[in-house]
Amino acid sequence: MSALDPVEIFRVEAAELLEQIEQGLLDLDQRLDDREQIDSVFRGLHTLKGSGAMFGFDALAAFTHHCETAFDQVRKGHAPATRELVAAVLAARDHMRALVEDPSGDYAGQETALLSQLHAAIQVGAIQVGATQAGATRVDAPQAGAKPQATPEPPPATADTAARQWRIRFALPPNAMVNGVNPLAYLDELRELGACEVSIDDSAVPPLDQLDPTALHLQWTVRLETEHGRSEIEDVFLFVVDDMVLEIDEMGAWPLEALSPAPAPVESKAEAPATPQQAAAQPTSPKTAAPQAAATPPKTARRSVESVRVPADRLDELMDRVGELVIAQSRLSQIAAAGLNEELRAVSEEIENLSNELRGTMMVLRMVPVGTLFERFRRLAHDLQRETGKQIELVTEGESTEMDKTVIERLADPLVHIIRNSADHGLETPEERQAAGKPPAGRITLAARQSGGEVIISVSDDGRGIDCARVRAKAEANGLVAPGQVLSEKEALHMIFQPGFSTAAKVTNLSGRGVGMDVVKKTIESLRGAIDVESWPGEGSEIGLRIPLTLAIIDGLLVRVGGARYVIPLAAVEECLELSLEDDAKSRGRSLLSLRGSLVPFLRLREIFQTGSPPDPHQKVVVVATGAERVGLVVDQIIGDHQTVIKSMSKLHEDVETFSGATILGDGSVALILDIVNLVAVRQDQEAQMRAIA
Amino acid sequence: MSANILTVDDSASLRMTTRLALSGAGYAVTEAVDGLDGLEKAKTRRFDAILTDINMPRMDGLRMIEELRRLPNQLGVPIVFLTTESDPEMKARAKAAGATAWLTKPFDAAQLLKVMSKVLTK
Repeated sequence: MSALDPVEIFRVEAAELLEQIEQGLLDLDQRLDDREQIDSVFRGLHTLKGSGAMFGFDALAAFTHHCETAFDQVRKGHAPATRELVAAVLAARDHMRALVEDPSGDYAGQETALLSQLHAAIQVGAIQVGATQAGATRVDAPQAGAKPQATPEPPPATADTAARQWRIRFALPPNAMVNGVNPLAYLDELRELGACEVSIDDSAVPPLDQLDPTALHLQWTVRLETEHGRSEIEDVFLFVVDDMVLEIDEMGAWPLEALSPAPAPVESKAEAPATPQQAAAQPTSPKTAAPQAAATPPKTARRSVESVRVPADRLDELMDRVGELVIAQSRLSQIAAAGLNEELRAVSEEIENLSNELRGTMMVLRMVPVGTLFERFRRLAHDLQRETGKQIELVTEGESTEMDKTVIERLADPLVHIIRNSADHGLETPEERQAAGKPPAGRITLAARQSGGEVIISVSDDGRGIDCARVRAKAEANGLVAPGQVLSEKEALHMIFQPGFSTAAKVTNLSGRGVGMDVVKKTIESLRGAIDVESWPGEGSEIGLRIPLTLAIIDGLLVRVGGARYVIPLAAVEECLELSLEDDAKSRGRSLLSLRGSLVPFLRLREIFQTGSPPDPHQKVVVVATGAERVGLVVDQIIGDHQTVIKSMSKLHEDVETFSGATILGDGSVALILDIVNLVAVRQDQEAQMRAIA
Repeated sequence: MSANILTVDDSASLRMTTRLALSGAGYAVTEAVDGLDGLEKAKTRRFDAILTDINMPRMDGLRMIEELRRLPNQLGVPIVFLTTESDPEMKARAKAAGATAWLTKPFDAAQLLKVMSKVLTK
């Protein structure tokens, strides 16, 4: 053990230090102004004192402290180096060697003589400061050997029995983090003391162009419940307390039971030699604390109410009521408008405004940021990376875009399918990517943005794109397309949404089960949304979803076709035009409309709905956007905008594709809501069949 | 991975004591014999924390801390200095130089470990 015994090493080291001190003093005796030697002697004494204290040579440390203090005066220019001083320290140095060799000897008398010689020597040169410094040295003396960390005062008896709440506000100096201070470590230490509620103040953070990224601009406020006292809290900030803003305020007290399991203070206190006051206070304090406990409100009452959790079905119920209110209100408006009662009109208008506001508020209540949904996919990307052996980077954009909570919930599964498909079919292996000159990590971008009454969510990847030829071949193999049938590129791509379609040569765990994309399409359509796909060979593909903000109420355009009224979702409407009889006659057979130089196909709703009545002389065309296309819908009359409370169709009419629901109008009659996307798709199918027959 | 701590002290016995205490607690320890040596070692790699004496030959601890803080790879590394002087002046000077925390000599292993765990990022 001797080779590894620090005490033995210290003895060797001390001998070297004493040698260094002696040589330095002897040199100094020759040249009293030699700063290098002054520093060397001081350092030697300093290390000897410090190490001595470390290894239990307390007498050595205490004695050496006096010499060190004397040399510190010289070093700082408070006292000159004199021959007397050198002689005194040389004599002291011999004594130090004795203290190293035999620490347990009795040197009291010897030490007194040496110290008075030392003090005399230092006072000769430093008449003014010397006296006080020497005095201070004597006062210091006992500390040198003593353990530095004074035991903290025992907290008062009552402090032990109750946890208290503290408000701690702290701001660290701007350079704190550069200097190795980690504010989070302080928060962790506070949490070790008790339950914390942390809030951050970032108001001092400068604008980005002025921001020094290494500087700290944040402040924290912590509510801490602890049975510890102020000194323990201050201890957390021990190393920074001089340079920081620290406010510690006590908020109040409540009993400890809730926070700490075993109080048992009475016995231990009784055994401890407590002061008479403490002992006397003992029997009463726990009992008096208990009634206070009952009187103190539970801590939740102190917290400010920021949010309330409400079961989703209550929101749905409220939404229904608001919907009914909107219907009743529109009936009222109609009655008021038909009559001449001014007062009724005024009340009706007021109710209309209120119900509009109520509807707006209701919408906002149901909105949550889509980011809550996106977060789930980070884990998915992580798992996919492991399962596929591909490198996947998931990028999300527009997380703050808000949507109806119900809609968001129902989007989760479709998005999982889409992202899995992107990872499995779209992205290449790192080797393939590098061969194609791409970075090895494939990127899947999940983006959301609001556009009118819809939210557009896109999942795009920078993979190989969708191979149209393979899609087509697969569709033929599965009997989805007749061999030789002409398909546009877009139609071919859309085959992936057909039931029973799968292109994966190898069926993997992730996708390729052939249930993915058609289920996705169905789900999106049930949300009154639309799905689209685009592909750029070698560069990637994108699945785009257009989802209405909410399921319950939409702004609609009320139109009349023949004798019936229909609602077109206003979000899809781009513009309304008049279709004169001449234009109508001219375009007959082609069903194309020239709109500012571009041709827009249009559908005659009269024909589709087979109204049988003659058209109005001034038919209108409502131009709507479906995905990337624009289509005109010819109607007889545009009645106006209408807040539409959507009522789902009965089971019997569930599979009527051209309508997404119905609504009740102000006069109590029913109007059907057009499902634009399906309407156009159905019509295109019909036309394709017509062409095939012709 | 255990934290790697650089200890800078001209006293072999103190280096040994700190090494025994730190390695016993699972830290990896690199030693330097003075400020210049410490600075050279810190240039080659980033340590999780640095423990240094102040009074040392060739380059003292204050100067070394100042120089360390100019190294881009040592920004934010906690630096603990050893002091026997309980005077606030030395603490103020060391902190102005960029030190994070201090440990007053004499100290025992428990005190050393407490300070190290306080400054090391959890």
